Amino acid sequence: MNASLSFRGASVTAVIVVLLTGVLAVGSLLPASSPVQVSPFIMTLAGKYLAYAMLALAVDLVWGFAGILTLGHAAFFALGGYAMGMYLVREIGARGVYGNADLPDFMVFLSWKSLPWYWWGSDHFPVALLLMLVVPAGLAGLFGWLAFRSRVSGVYLSIITQALTYALMLAFFQNGFGFGGNNGLTDFKDILGFDLHSPYTRAGMLFISGLILAGALLAARYVVGGRFGSLLIAVRDAESRTRFLGYRPEQVKLLVWVFSAVIAAIGGALYVIQVGIINPGEFAPANSIEAVIWVAVGGRGTLSGAVIGAILVNLGKTLFTAWLPEMWLYGLGALFMATTLFLPQGLMGLMRHLPEKRPSEVTPEVTNPEGGEA
Amino acid sequence: MADVAMSGPAALSGRKMRNGVRGIFAAVLLSLLFIQPHHARADEDAFAGLATTQFNTIASSVDQIAQQGGPRALPVLRALADRKLFAAREGDGLFIRTDSGWADARSGASASPDEETLRPVRVNNRVRLAVAAAEAELELVSGTPAERQASANVFYQRHDPAMLPAIDKALSKTDDAALKDTLLNARAAALLSPGAPASDAQAQQQAVAKLKAAGGLDARGVLAQASTSEALDPATRKAAEAAVSSIDFKLKLWGFGQDAFYGLSLGSVLLLAAMGLAITFGVMGVINMAHGELMMIGAYTTWLTQKAVLSVVPALGSFSLILAIPAAFLVCGALGIVIERGLIRFLYGRPLETLLATWGLSLILQQVIRSLFGPTNVAVVTPPWLSGSFHLGGIEVTIDRLAIMIFAGVVMAGLMLVLRRTPLGLEMRAVTQNRRMAALMGIRTARVDALTFGLGSGIAGLAGVAVSQIDNVSPNLGQSYIIDSFLVVVFGGVGNLWGTLAAAATLGVGGKALEPLVGAVSGKILLLVLVILYIQRHPRGMFPLRGRGVES
Repeated sequence: MNASLSFRGASVTAVIVVLLTGVLAVGSLLPASSPVQVSPFIMTLAGKYLAYAMLALAVDLVWGFAGILTLGHAAFFALGGYAMGMYLVREIGARGVYGNADLPDFMVFLSWKSLPWYWWGSDHFPVALLLMLVVPAGLAGLFGWLAFRSRVSGVYLSIITQALTYALMLAFFQNGFGFGGNNGLTDFKDILGFDLHSPYTRAGMLFISGLILAGALLAARYVVGGRFGSLLIAVRDAESRTRFLGYRPEQVKLLVWVFSAVIAAIGGALYVIQVGIINPGEFAPANSIEAVIWVAVGGRGTLSGAVIGAILVNLGKTLFTAWLPEMWLYGLGALFMATTLFLPQGLMGLMRHLPEKRPSEVTPEVTNPEGGEA
Repeated sequence: MADVAMSGPAALSGRKMRNGVRGIFAAVLLSLLFIQPHHARADEDAFAGLATTQFNTIASSVDQIAQQGGPRALPVLRALADRKLFAAREGDGLFIRTDSGWADARSGASASPDEETLRPVRVNNRVRLAVAAAEAELELVSGTPAERQASANVFYQRHDPAMLPAIDKALSKTDDAALKDTLLNARAAALLSPGAPASDAQAQQQAVAKLKAAGGLDARGVLAQASTSEALDPATRKAAEAAVSSIDFKLKLWGFGQDAFYGLSLGSVLLLAAMGLAITFGVMGVINMAHGELMMIGAYTTWLTQKAVLSVVPALGSFSLILAIPAAFLVCGALGIVIERGLIRFLYGRPLETLLATWGLSLILQQVIRSLFGPTNVAVVTPPWLSGSFHLGGIEVTIDRLAIMIFAGVVMAGLMLVLRRTPLGLEMRAVTQNRRMAALMGIRTARVDALTFGLGSGIAGLAGVAVSQIDNVSPNLGQSYIIDSFLVVVFGGVGNLWGTLAAAATLGVGGKALEPLVGAVSGKILLLVLVILYIQRHPRGMFPLRGRGVES
C-alpha cells in the first residue's frame, strides 16, 4: 500500500530515538570527571523532550491524519501525568513534610481526615497505570462520541477542545478538587522502590522513555499505515464522500481520537516521572496550541516529523530562554507564522523535496476537495 | 452612643438618669436657644469642664455641650478631637490652635495667649467616644445636608436607645423628607433595641411596621434581635419575626435583581469582546486568535490617550476617555488592516492555519507591549463622571458598569447600521454570501476583506476601551477574553449578530446565576461544560445561518 510506504521514516526515527537515549543513558552513568559525562540537567531535559514528543505524536495522529485540529490535547497529557503523580505522591508515604503515612502533604495541610474515594488504590502501581490509561481514554471517548456523532468539526471542534482543557485547568487549580491545587503534585521520592534521584533510575527511565516513544511511533505507523489509515485520510479529505460510500466516519475518528489521547497520557506519565512535578499549568490552552506548532514545524501527517518538531522546538525554547529570555516569544510567534506561511509541509516536507521524489512516496496532499474547513 | 456601648450596663443606666434629669434642663434651654442662639451663661459652664484635667469631667462637659448646641459647640469639639484645643494652666481660658495662630474657643475671635501657660486638653478613649457621639448629634442639627444625612445614618446603624432624645430633637427641626425618614427609621430601631424605655405594644408594632417598610440589612438585624427580646410585647415579637421573613424574601428578590445586573454587565463585556470576532469569524470565516491582543492594544491606547491629554490639557483629563474611543478604533482598525494584508490574506481557505498564524501573532503583540510598557499593570484612571453608584430599589448600580452596557448597546446598533445601511455593509454581505458572484458583480473582494477585518479589529479596540475601566490593563489582558469570546460567537451561531447578543447575555447571566449556587470557579467550569455539551447537540449554535450558501 502507498500509505504504508510513506511512513517508512517512522521506523528509522524509532531506531534513532532508541540509540540516542541509550547513548545518553550510558553517558550519564560515566564518572563526573569524564569529559563526555551527561549531566543530570541534560537528562531531565531529554526526558522532558521525549514526553513532549509523545504529545506531538498524539496531536499528529488526529490533526495530520483525521483532520481534527485539537487545541486541547494537553488535557490528556496532564491527566496521564496526574494519574502517575498520584501514585508517586502516595509512594512518598511517611517521608513527607508532615510525616503522615496515609495522606499526601497537601491533604494534611488542608486538614483532610481521609483520602477522597478517587484516590483509593492509587498507591498500587498497576492501578496507577490503569488510571493513566482509562481516565484520559474515557474522557476522550465521551467527548469524541458526543462531538463526532453530531458532526462537530473544523474550528468549532477546535474551540470546544480548547474550552475543555480550560475548564479542566480551572478545576485542577481548586484546592477542593483534591489534586493539590495550584501547587500540583511534587516532591516525589521513588518509583517501585527505585530512588528517582539516583543516576541509575534516571538513566533507566530515559531509556525506557525512548523505548516507549519508539514503540508508540511504530504503533502509530501500524494504525495509519494499513486499511484503517487509508480510511482516515479519506475521512480527512472528503468526509461526506466517505460516508456516502458506506463508511462511518464518526467511528473512524473516535477510534483514532481515543488512541491519540492514550499516547498523550503515556507521555504525561513519562513527563511526571522525569521532571518531578505536575501542576494545573499543564492544562493551559497555550500548551496545547504549542504542541500543534511542534507538529506543524516537523511536518503534519508524517509521524516522525512530530517527534523531530517537538524536540527541535523545545531545544530552541531551552536555549532561547537561557540566553535571550525576552526574545523567546518573538521567536515562537515568528515560528508559528513562518511555518504556516512558508513551510506548510514542515521540515519533513522540506526534506522530501530535496532528493528527487517518487510519486508513490508522497503523502496525500493536505487539502480538502469539499472546500470546507480542513 | 459609642461610649455607652463600650462601658457596659452601669454606664448605661447612669447615662439614662443623666439624660432624664438633663432632659428637663435641655428642653428649657432649647426653647431659649431658639430665641437667643448664644446663651452665654450656659455655654461658659459647659466649656469650663474642658479646662479641667479630669477625664470624667471633660467627657460629661462634652455631653453637655452637645445637649446645648450653639454655634461654637461643633468647632470646639472638632478641635478637641484633632488635639488642637488647649487650656490655660491658670483659670478656665480655652484656645484653639489655628493655621495662623490662636482663637478663643468660646467666641471664635482670634487671640494671642501666652503659649507658655497653655497645655493641650487631655483626651482618652472615653472622651474620644463622647466627642464622636456629640459630633453626630450636633451635625444632625447644624451640619450641612450631607452631614445631617450621614449622622442620621449613623444613628440608624447604631440604633442606641440613649440617642432617642437627640433623634427627637433633630426630628422636630427638620423638614427634609429623606432625612426625616431616616430619623424615623432610627427612632423605630432604637425603640426596639435592648435598653429602650418601656413603650406600649402599639408603639412597638408601629416601629416594627416602620422597619419592615424600610427593609434592608440594618432593619433586618434590629428586627431579628427584637423577635427574641424578652423586654418586648409577645405580639411585637411575632410581628418582628414575620417582618424578618418578609425582609428576607425581599432581599432575596433584590439579590436576584443584583445578580441579573452583574450578569448583564458581564454579558455586555462579553458582547463587546465577541462582536469584533463575530465580524472576522462570522462574516469572513477567519479565526483571529490575536483578537484578544487587539483588545489589549485598545486598552493601552486608552491609557496612552489619557496620559497624552493629561500632559497637554490637564483640565480635560477626565474626558480623555471620550477621545480614546475613536483613537482605539482607529489604531486597532489600522492594525487589523495591516494584519489582513500582511498575513491573513495568504491563508484564506485554510482556517486552521490561520488560527495558528494569528496565535503566533498574538504572542508577538503581547511581547511587543511587554517590551514597550513593561509586564506590570498600567493604571487607567476612571474619570469622576464614571465612578460611584446609585441605588435602584435594592440594586446597587455602579455607573461604570452601566456605562459599559450602554456602550455595548450603542456599538452593536452602530455595527448593525454599518452592515445593513452602508455600501460597505452591502458589499460585505455580498462577499460573505457568494464570494465569486460578488467579484463578478464588480466588488473588489480583497478591499472588502481588508476593510471587514479592519472593522472587526476596530471593534476589538472599542472593547479594549471598555475593559480598561473594569479590568487590569496588562499585556496578558487579551488571553483572559479570547476563549470566552470564541465560545460566545460559536454558541450564538456564527454570522449572526443577534445570536451573539443572545449568547453573551445568556453566558453572562448564566454565569452569575450559577455563582451563588456552586461558587465562582465551579460555576465557570459548569458553564463551560454546558456550552460544550450544547455545541455538541447543536454544532451551529443557537441561531444557525440557513440556506444554500451555508457549507454543511
